Amino acid sequence: MVVKTLIINNQLLTASEDQTILEAAKDAGIDIPTLCHLDGVSDVGACRLCLVEIEGSSKLQPACVTQVQEGMVIQTETEKLQTYRRMAVELLFAEGNHVCAVCVVNGNCQLQDVAVRVGMDHSRFPYQFPQRKVDLSHPQFGMDHNRCILCTRCVRVCDEIEGAHVWDVASRGGQSFIVSGINQPWGDVNACTSCGKCVDACPTGAIFRKGSTVAEMNHDPEKIRFLVTAREQKEWTR
Amino acid sequence: MKKIKLATVWLAGCSGCHMSFLDLDEWLLELAEKVDMVYSPIADVKDYPDDVDVCLVEGAIANEENLQLIKEIRQKTKLIVSFGDCAVTANVPAMRNMLGPAETVLKRSYLELGDVTPQLPQEPGIVPELLDRVSPVHEVIKVDLFLPGCPPDAHRIRAAIEPLLQGEQPVIEGREMIKFG
Amino acid sequence: MNLEELLAIQKETKQKRQQKPKQIRCCIASGCLSCGAESVKKSLDNAIKEAHLEQEVEVLGVGCMGICGRGPSIEIDPETTLYHNVTLENIPAIITSLNQTKTSENLPPQGDLNHPFFAYQKLIVRENSGKIDPDNIDDYIAEGGYQQLHHVLLEMTPNDVIKEVTKSGLRGRGGGGYPTGVKWATVAKMPGQQKYVICNADEGDPGAFMDRAVLESDPHRILEGMAIAAYAVGANHGYIYIRAEYPLAIKRLEKAIQQAKRYGLMGSQIFDSPFDFKIDIRVGAGAFVCGEETALIASVEGKRGTPRPRPPYPAESGLWGDPTLINNVETYANIVPIIREGGDWYASIGTENSKGTKVFALTGKIENNGLIEVPMGTSIRTIVEEIGGGVLDQGTVKAVQTGGPSGGCIPAHLLDTPVEYDSLQKLGTIMGSGGMIVMDQDTSMVEIARFYMDFCQEESCGKCIPCRAGTVQLYDLLTKLVERKATQQDLDQLEALCQMVKDTSLCGLGMTAPNPVISTLQYFRDEYVSLLQVT
Repeated sequence: MVVKTLIINNQLLTASEDQTILEAAKDAGIDIPTLCHLDGVSDVGACRLCLVEIEGSSKLQPACVTQVQEGMVIQTETEKLQTYRRMAVELLFAEGNHVCAVCVVNGNCQLQDVAVRVGMDHSRFPYQFPQRKVDLSHPQFGMDHNRCILCTRCVRVCDEIEGAHVWDVASRGGQSFIVSGINQPWGDVNACTSCGKCVDACPTGAIFRKGSTVAEMNHDPEKIRFLVTAREQKEWTR
Repeated sequence: MKKIKLATVWLAGCSGCHMSFLDLDEWLLELAEKVDMVYSPIADVKDYPDDVDVCLVEGAIANEENLQLIKEIRQKTKLIVSFGDCAVTANVPAMRNMLGPAETVLKRSYLELGDVTPQLPQEPGIVPELLDRVSPVHEVIKVDLFLPGCPPDAHRIRAAIEPLLQGEQPVIEGREMIKFG
Repeated sequence: MNLEELLAIQKETKQKRQQKPKQIRCCIASGCLSCGAESVKKSLDNAIKEAHLEQEVEVLGVGCMGICGRGPSIEIDPETTLYHNVTLENIPAIITSLNQTKTSENLPPQGDLNHPFFAYQKLIVRENSGKIDPDNIDDYIAEGGYQQLHHVLLEMTPNDVIKEVTKSGLRGRGGGGYPTGVKWATVAKMPGQQKYVICNADEGDPGAFMDRAVLESDPHRILEGMAIAAYAVGANHGYIYIRAEYPLAIKRLEKAIQQAKRYGLMGSQIFDSPFDFKIDIRVGAGAFVCGEETALIASVEGKRGTPRPRPPYPAESGLWGDPTLINNVETYANIVPIIREGGDWYASIGTENSKGTKVFALTGKIENNGLIEVPMGTSIRTIVEEIGGGVLDQGTVKAVQTGGPSGGCIPAHLLDTPVEYDSLQKLGTIMGSGGMIVMDQDTSMVEIARFYMDFCQEESCGKCIPCRAGTVQLYDLLTKLVERKATQQDLDQLEALCQMVKDTSLCGLGMTAPNPVISTLQYFRDEYVSLLQVT
């Protein structure tokens, strides 16, 4: 293993060559916000919250998919990045129907956390109020598309860890939505093993356990990481 | 020191934010010494007065009356606070927006779901007309400060009001001050 | 197939074409077909038969002649008389006119080949376009086709080929303008046994139809260009990714591939060399974003066509993770002439940093609509006022839009700007794939910006937030402006959001989606301000 030395926010740190900027920062206790990243599954660089400035690069780079390099000088909290992050979060709130007051994960929600993290006290973009569906056809779980931010963590965890590929993305642009099976009700999808990994992977209240009420549910995204290390490194305890 | 003129207003919301305001308990007594409460659902004042310094607005803009009042408030108030999630995000009252315009909403509520004698409510001048779309306050008028929460806890309300009494702008930042839901 | 056989076909076909003293070439590319070219050609065929002129006159279906706005077009050789707007009523007159001794009335309008529209063009990419029968490989061979492939395979090393392409200064014609030689060299240097070449024929810009015309008019040129590229980078498998909206181009490509296979110009051991190469066609379902290379690759792999972050670039990790060369149709179309005439020859055309020619689809409020190919460095004024013949109805040019939804508007006072990658970029627009839309004094620039934003919000793949949700908000803000409901605050927000979407989107579609707004704001801010609500 080759070790690289780099600077993040004026802090000199080391990372192994196969690490991403996000991982290196996390190890060094530097928090970079993300929504689509989930430990244990592949990265897609979609939410754009982890964009950082790298000296010598005119483009902002997503920390989750950018490998560390020797001598990299990175800034994660410039004024520009903070401005853009807040706008991105506002766009997310404005495009869905996020009514925290009646949501199962109120208080345990990564979208809420990110909103606080980026200092969003209101959305400057008008709310879109899209008409979206709620799928309650699965006996144990529910999918409320109103709360979905299309991070595709459920898609990846189901495909990569469970191997069932129940979820995918359908349609385009603002009409995009997470689809189960071949656009069937979730409960009708034979491929679903009811393992619940998507429930734990979901950062918002979109995929939830039935019977949970407002602010009662807790996702367990760490479980996905645990499952992966358990399989790969035979570590069976959390 | 001149007392600050404080108003609170209740638009399309559940009054939970005002309940939370009342949760300030004994601090309300302290507050009462520093402000003149010139307009509020908990005070019997018919018209919104002139030259208000600070107004806490609870609730979204859902009907004609809300709209008229908020415009009047803007004209007569120095600093407007969007008070609670309904004012900040339109929240639960806006869940009807997904159904469509006012007409669809009324038909659904009073005709399709009406158990006995289904009829549309209509009493011009008494029952205010619904707007086609429920909006957060800042989509209608300029808002100076946002205090989200459903409701904002009493300690957050106090942390927001106290600096205002000193003529300072509170900092709405971090988990201590920002909370949705 | 060996060289002698190839040369024999060339000779034979040329002789065959010269047997008949007269030749009528009818454009049967999409533009002319859409206004009745098929029935014109049929009637001509029948009329020739009825007049018993089969031995003297050959009627040939050919590709695009360029002046698409005045189709159907036919050209009569050896006099090279060009007729526009040919209708069935004109057919008898045309037949009569074939006999020079008789003059005939009721002829269709005649095109002037000395008009700047033709005279100012320089045909490299489109050299065979409108001259050869695209459905007949022999016609292509008659024009020297596949001789460069032979030359490359038997007389050049892959490195020689790359050197020649690099020397030519050719840059990617898909819009990005990345140096083609560098791209080829990168793929060639990548380790690995399996490599791919891809031809990006997912032309999606509104108003652009250059690649369609090339594919419909001269498909073998793309196949030969791709084969040369494959040899140079060490690939043995190519894909042409083409949109389903181009059925004629697909049909002609399929036919061309079959013919090339039958002649042994595609397959294993081409020209008895160790080089194997095959091409498959993949038909896209019409998503604009699939023109973005990583989305295109995903689509070829059978996945949902969404882009992924780069790096790694396709040159390093492309189709199925293997090194992949991906170039646009027009880029491949330049390869054969570059090999034939040499990189130095190509580099002598154009400007310092933009070599060769560029094909534009000239449309909008302009006299001569159609496809033009001009040397790089030609001024936009020359294109609009001389080649294009100026604005319709004696109007004035307000702006010229290039680069489609990723591009911007060049205002009238900057019309002397030469077309080259860098000068256009300096003005806040891009060369793009070659759409060029002329707008007159009555065009609302805010509505133009709104039109493109509407396009982008619909065509966003939905993967990243700024593009998926940002374009929707931008569209709403522009609508508010058009409806005169916007305030200064909205205008400020529009600008801030443009910058955000540009800086933070995942792929080129999102990054360039705000360009039409940014560029119209730069040159026509007054129009935006005049729409603001008075408060």
